[in-house]
Amino acid sequence: MSKKDIIICRCEDINLEELHHLMEQGFTSIEDLKRQLRIGMGPCQGATCLPIVQRELAIFLKKPLEEIPLPTVRPLTLGVPLKAIAKGAKNE
Amino acid sequence: MILKDLIIIGGGPAGLCAAKTASEAGLNILIIERSPKLGGQLIKQTHKFFGSEKTYAKTRGFDIAKILIGDVLKRPEQIEILLDATVVGLYPDHELTVYQYGIYSKYKAKAIVVATGASEKFLAFENNDLPGIYGAGAVQTLMNLYGVLPGNSIVMVGSGNIGLIVSYQLMQAGVKVKALVEAAPKIGGYLVHASKLRRLGVPIMTSTTVKRAIGKDALEQVELVSLNEKWEMIQGSEKIIDTDALCISVGLSPLHQLLSMAHVEMKFVNELGGMVPVISSEHETSVKNLFVCGDVVGIEEASSAIVEGYLVGLIAAKRLGYIHPNYETLEANYHAQLTNLRSGPFGLKTRIGLAKLRGEDYAR
Repeated sequence: MSKKDIIICRCEDINLEELHHLMEQGFTSIEDLKRQLRIGMGPCQGATCLPIVQRELAIFLKKPLEEIPLPTVRPLTLGVPLKAIAKGAKNE
Repeated sequence: MILKDLIIIGGGPAGLCAAKTASEAGLNILIIERSPKLGGQLIKQTHKFFGSEKTYAKTRGFDIAKILIGDVLKRPEQIEILLDATVVGLYPDHELTVYQYGIYSKYKAKAIVVATGASEKFLAFENNDLPGIYGAGAVQTLMNLYGVLPGNSIVMVGSGNIGLIVSYQLMQAGVKVKALVEAAPKIGGYLVHASKLRRLGVPIMTSTTVKRAIGKDALEQVELVSLNEKWEMIQGSEKIIDTDALCISVGLSPLHQLLSMAHVEMKFVNELGGMVPVISSEHETSVKNLFVCGDVVGIEEASSAIVEGYLVGLIAAKRLGYIHPNYETLEANYHAQLTNLRSGPFGLKTRIGLAKLRGEDYAR
């Protein structure tokens, strides 16, 4: 099996080999993995990758899914140009 | 800052139905919908619904959408609609930010209903980025909305109702369904749909999953593998099928992002599809006057989203002082319908999930 060809995060182009490599180094929370790999930070904001990463961690740590916390969600849900935000602030 | 009474986030079945009952109670409403059309997933569903006539059984999904949209458009003086508009931020004080046509604006509401629905789950297997590999939502959009076939032949992964129904529709559209595979030992959806496929000669392979996609520039073959009772791949059970399309239909997870960022109390409940808000019997979250309905509180059929929407519309309006003339009858009726929809073996997962959400044990 070529783990390199198993795509985990389509937005940031992260594969399973990269994910497992970091997990073996001790990055075993999604929050930590996110800071290393940018998973969940692309256009889909983790809709695709986070359930997969959560499952991989659950298997690796031998824990139920419920015990693998998802990362903090912050605004905004989409890329919004700073220009638009600045303009929006003027209209307040 | 634009001030509103009730803002409904999401114009799918749950959001539309909440708007209907809340407007009947006399409230003014703003619906904010991300896509260019109202109706949510219903607009791409060509199959006739099951269940009771109250939730439009025997009517096709896109026709149900027409009815629900019609109900909302009937009250233009009360219901304002923003399309192509994404709520990009939700804050604990009922403020939200919207991005529409390059313009970023702030809104504040007295009450908010979050009806954002769900997104599709995906699978990790070798070459899962080859062209020709679709989610079931994309296949329905291409085929049922735009009349475009996803391929000449297809392998379907997942035997929930979506997987079963979409397989049948693909056959009607002239696509050869090579196999339907399911990782679990049992078929997930209604057997009446599965039987229809079997009669038409579609092999249904349970305890089976995709090991690998094969192809140079696009999908050419799919390698399947059997799973043992521990869900591990059985070496030597691999089987290769020629196909130019693969459809992934392995479930949905609630679109919880707006609720999570507003610091609503959340809980991960696998039976409900993932992260869901903790709610009161009135469908209110831990933030006062912030209500939820539809798949965002747990993955179910559209029928449940419709009834939850009607119920939450009533409750949110009442909270702001607008009491529906038939409040008590309707409220009891909607609760009874939800109980009915969740009864029986197919509602078991939801019943366990909701019990977990409330922190109760569920006696099977």
